[in-house]
Amino acid sequence: MDFFQRALIGGALIAAAGPLLGLFLVLRRLSMIGDTLSHVSVAGVAAGYLLGLGSPAAGGMAAALLATLAIERLRKAYKTYAELSIAIMMAGGIALASLLFSLDRGFGVNITSYLFGSIYTLDTADLIWIAAVTILVLAAVLLQYKEWFLMTFDEDAAAVGGLPTRTLNLIMSVLTALVISVSIKIVGALLVSALLTIPAACGLLAARSFRQSVLLAVGIAEAAVLAGLLAAGYWNLAPGGTVVLLLIAVLLAQLVIKRRLSL
Amino acid sequence: MPTGRIPEGPGCHQPVIELSDVSFVYERRPIIEHLHFTVRERDFALLAGPNGAGKTTLLKLIVGLLEPNGGEVRLFGEPAQRFRQRERIGYVPQKNAFNPLFPATVREVVLSGMYGRHKLFRRLTKADYQKVDDAMQALGIEDLAGKRIGMLSGGQQQRVFLARALVNSPALLILDEPTVGIDAETQDSFYHLIRHMHQHHNITFLMVSHDRERFRSYLDDAPAAEAGRLKFYVRHSHDREDCVETDLTHSLREYRRAAEEPALVR
Repeated sequence: MDFFQRALIGGALIAAAGPLLGLFLVLRRLSMIGDTLSHVSVAGVAAGYLLGLGSPAAGGMAAALLATLAIERLRKAYKTYAELSIAIMMAGGIALASLLFSLDRGFGVNITSYLFGSIYTLDTADLIWIAAVTILVLAAVLLQYKEWFLMTFDEDAAAVGGLPTRTLNLIMSVLTALVISVSIKIVGALLVSALLTIPAACGLLAARSFRQSVLLAVGIAEAAVLAGLLAAGYWNLAPGGTVVLLLIAVLLAQLVIKRRLSL
Repeated sequence: MPTGRIPEGPGCHQPVIELSDVSFVYERRPIIEHLHFTVRERDFALLAGPNGAGKTTLLKLIVGLLEPNGGEVRLFGEPAQRFRQRERIGYVPQKNAFNPLFPATVREVVLSGMYGRHKLFRRLTKADYQKVDDAMQALGIEDLAGKRIGMLSGGQQQRVFLARALVNSPALLILDEPTVGIDAETQDSFYHLIRHMHQHHNITFLMVSHDRERFRSYLDDAPAAEAGRLKFYVRHSHDREDCVETDLTHSLREYRRAAEEPALVR
């Protein structure tokens, strides 16, 4: 398998997992979480390098998981300050990452590759991680679609109905952290949030039902990732940026079409 | 006028909600103090009070989402926080409690009435889907099944939430300020429907509302229980001594036909 095939596979997998979670995040008004987790994750990767961890990506994942648990607690306990705390966490993550990387103990790693992605450097181990996370997300959505729907639509009704909302929230948070940390190598920490939220926005605009919005979000993401990677490869452009710009173009086109149709 | 007298002897009078010396403190401020109140089968209880009096807090205590600082809350005889048969409770939330941009259709929302603890990790059956269709027909919203809920009027939305609450044929129906922001005529028809359900079916009602006036003639004049600015008013049903249930959805369809209600496709 050459590097481009690996890039396509990795991209296709994340294009399924990301929007599935992204839809629920957007509807729960937690779109900012993607950015926060990705920024903190980069700091975790840098720490991983400094500590000489075999897999710095594991450091990134651990940092993202810790951050997601912290955010979940803040969301419940300090509603008023949750948004501010999340913004501070995001800034702190990137500041710490840049500091740690600048210590430059000879990793030979460029922070740019973590900020903007380096999909062409995906190796088989990376693909296995991505595939495992994607399978987890798909399994969770399939098994818990009903429960996630109700929790997102009406969390009070979910609680009255006896659903274990704390556990379900935790599962969603942990999966978000995992998806974000494996996506960083694909589109970069600065753009990973876009991969989660923009396809969801597209789905919400066009869909006539919740089920349709799920399918559309994933469909649009898959098309954009594949087209974006092919275009980037052909014209030697940054793959992450190309994919995200394509997604934005789809969203804008939908808005224009919707406007034309309603006039 | 209802007398408030609870008949003795066997029949339909088991306690559904029991509040025994319940107290609740929030940020060192006592919200509820030493509240005693029992809602029995087929009672219609109104929890009234101005905004900020603690109605939502008390509701959360009743359904076991909050633990009281003192006293005990029981649902159907069990401690509320350990009560498991959640499908016996139907819940109609406030109209503005959901995101109107949520892309759910009416059918998807009513279907979600099935998504409780009892269906965790279980697939829905054909019978479940039939109950959903029956509930929509009973409330005259079957023609709206494919429409996104955000596009409906306030009155239509409340019917959808009521249908969602009824899919499991609950024994206790809780309505939280169900007609805030809805025009008076629609409110009238909604409450007419609620009263019909109360009079002809084995359902216990707990309604939270700041608007006691609308129910003045239906409920006892004097509050049955008080805690601070919160007051419970109640009407006991004596028409039927047994608790055998008749087909709720069939009865509601008949009610609609008799009231010559047009289908709600405004």
